[in-house]
Amino acid sequence: MIRDTPLPDTTSDRRGFQVPVLGTLYQWVRRYPVLPVIIAVGLAIMAIFAPWVAPNHPLESELDKLAAPPVWVEGGSWDYVLGADKIGRDLLSRIIHGSRISLSVAFIVIICGSVIGSGIGIASGMAGGIWDEFAMRIVDLVYATPFLLIALVAAVVFGASLELVLILLTIFSWPIFARQTRGLTLQLKNMDYVASSRVASASEFRIAYRHILPGVVNTIVVIATLQIGSLILTESVLSYLGVGIPAPQPAWGSMVADGREFITTAWWVPVMPGGAIFLTVFAFNFIGDWLRDYLDPRLRQIN
Amino acid sequence: MIAVMIGISVIVFGLSRLTGDPRLLYMTQGTRWSQEVWDARGRELGLDKPMVIQYLVWAGNAVKGDFGQSLWHKRNSLKIIIEKVPATIQLSGISYLMAIVLGVTLGTISAVTRGTLIDIAVRSFALVGQAAPPFWLALILIYIFAVYLDWLPTSRRGDWTNFVLPATTLAWLGSAALTRLTRSSLLEVLDSEYIKLARAKGVAGSTVIIKHALKNALIPPLTVAAVLFASFLTGTVVVETVFAWPGLGRLAVDATKNNDFPLVTGITVIFAAMFLFSSLMADLLYAYIDPRIRIYDS
Repeated sequence: MIRDTPLPDTTSDRRGFQVPVLGTLYQWVRRYPVLPVIIAVGLAIMAIFAPWVAPNHPLESELDKLAAPPVWVEGGSWDYVLGADKIGRDLLSRIIHGSRISLSVAFIVIICGSVIGSGIGIASGMAGGIWDEFAMRIVDLVYATPFLLIALVAAVVFGASLELVLILLTIFSWPIFARQTRGLTLQLKNMDYVASSRVASASEFRIAYRHILPGVVNTIVVIATLQIGSLILTESVLSYLGVGIPAPQPAWGSMVADGREFITTAWWVPVMPGGAIFLTVFAFNFIGDWLRDYLDPRLRQIN
Repeated sequence: MIAVMIGISVIVFGLSRLTGDPRLLYMTQGTRWSQEVWDARGRELGLDKPMVIQYLVWAGNAVKGDFGQSLWHKRNSLKIIIEKVPATIQLSGISYLMAIVLGVTLGTISAVTRGTLIDIAVRSFALVGQAAPPFWLALILIYIFAVYLDWLPTSRRGDWTNFVLPATTLAWLGSAALTRLTRSSLLEVLDSEYIKLARAKGVAGSTVIIKHALKNALIPPLTVAAVLFASFLTGTVVVETVFAWPGLGRLAVDATKNNDFPLVTGITVIFAAMFLFSSLMADLLYAYIDPRIRIYDS
């Protein structure tokens, strides 16, 4: 039986869009992540120059500004653009200073995690045998561990602190690098050029550094970018639950936690810092997706 | 499986021994024990013996379900935990099913309508779900539906209306990855030769999608979905805290705030067991839906 309903053309033309203007715009945004890059660069500038960018002091409160609304809500003023929190501290300034914490935590962890993880991954891929087996079992173990609960236990034992957050996040961020680089190393080490360099009596370290590493570096960069978003999210969850960065540091997650009871009366107090987390994560995820499609489409299964 | 469970128990045990005297962790803050009690507790925990024996003592108690008395509630930790399990299973189970249905449906819709406004809307929905912090999404839903529109209650357990907001939050976050995966995997399958053949034969558009394409396209998303249950268990920790849902997650956060070490370790071990059980189920399900991997592997 032949039906003459027009089929959506999904078979051949990957560029065909049915909404010309919006479709093209969307496609263009998808191809060149302009907005996410602007957000990310803006954030970096904000974080580095926080004391100069922020219009007010993040920890000083003004008593006549208690829970002042943002500028576009009735009663708001340009002094406190995004409003003020329950004890009259400027939300925008606190968010700007908070970006320092969130971003630096994410970057420190991602650098430690990717170096440790890919080091272990390459080494265990090259070594093979019992060491490889051992390293991969450890990776399995970390994957199977409920991170958040371990973080809670650790917070009880050691007390919440910035160092604890860094250590915990690093411990839980390296396995993904190890697993991916190991898989690639297993493929690469059987390549002819690796065999030739071994014939030319290159040391194992030299092979790893000169011949394997360049082959896995794209993967590392893509995973790292994709992980930044989830690290920022995880850090904010820890801070929200009160086991992350301790007060009075303006971490985004704890700012939301502080303001949550104001959701009925002054919604901007919890919503603004959460919005900052959302925008940041969104930007990094978008850049990560783009990098992945561009550098290493093979990784599409990871998310 | 068992090796991983042992590994996790070693981690938890190790954490308790990394700091000073573990007896302090079993002491309510601000209280003092007499010398006899202090010594007796030391013998009980096996502190006079080597680490390995100490671990075996601890693990033996844990297997029997004895994590020690909760410092805050002054009751057996396991009993408190078991009381809270149903609420967590209920919430995570319902939102898990919602997430799978939502993810697969939206992913299919967006693949079929690729390039249209519907597709863009669905993909934005998924992108928001992937980037929004769970507590923030929950608060925004509370603001819109409980404060502004005043349709739904904000927190606690009760009739079905109390389910809507927490379950929607979890389902939204969980379905985001599924939606994207279903979409890309369906698009890939729609590109294949046998779909072209089916179309050339004159099979109706919807039948091609439902009977021919989805069967193969759903393998990757369903595998991810099976693993996803573990992240739902963790997700409940945050969502339960925001919505004052009386489950395990909120219990864990409260116990942390009270420095209630025995209770937190108990919850962690129970969570780890549920985690592992769900990933075992995931493996079995995987073998069931994809016969190609049924034969080998231990």
